[in-house]
Amino acid sequence: MRSQFNSPIIVLGARFLAPYIMVFGLYVIFHGHYSPGGGFQGGALLAAAILLIRVATGRRVSRLQLKEFATTPLAVIGVVIYFATGLTAMIAGGYFLDYGQLPIPGMDPVWLRYTGILIIEVGVGLAVTAILVMIFDNMVKGEDYA
Amino acid sequence: MIWELELILYLFLVISGVVALEVKDLLVAVVMMSVFSFIMALLFISMGAVDVGFTEAVIGAGVTGILFVVVVYQTTRKTKD
Repeated sequence: MRSQFNSPIIVLGARFLAPYIMVFGLYVIFHGHYSPGGGFQGGALLAAAILLIRVATGRRVSRLQLKEFATTPLAVIGVVIYFATGLTAMIAGGYFLDYGQLPIPGMDPVWLRYTGILIIEVGVGLAVTAILVMIFDNMVKGEDYA
Repeated sequence: MIWELELILYLFLVISGVVALEVKDLLVAVVMMSVFSFIMALLFISMGAVDVGFTEAVIGAGVTGILFVVVVYQTTRKTKD
């Protein structure tokens, strides 16, 4: 994406704002099981923080934060976390995504359900973040912006 | 919610939608669509759907705006019609 001029105000504002958006995204992901929000919304907030740095500063700075070849493996890891949790519960004797059947020793089923939905939220958030950043990277590919 | 405030929100919703349809500069149209989306999120939250409003604010006013700005910079900025 071509830019007309480099504005230090935009770069400074984006660098000031992005970490707070990222912390709020992590809060939304990790509190998604008992408050509004969840994996999708938190992952979109994390992706918005990364995309803000990418739009404001350009390729040379934003590659330090999240490299372009790292988005596809991160998305795959997120999907694998989701399906591994569901299939582990299925192998252990329950239905797909039946968190009460997860084979973690020393936990009663209530606490197992609490932990299982948290693992699912982390996987969904990782996949949504990586795929939204991947869409942006594929759209600006071929032009050295900023 | 206070109904006067909600009426003002509906008024701004209609104004931002009409401006986004009629303006010639496409970057202004993208910004007006983000404004439309954010007012929509406020109305969702005022109706009690906190989760829907949160998703609308994040996706509609955040990520979609950035992607449309990229599309405008890859193509032309003025409309032809």
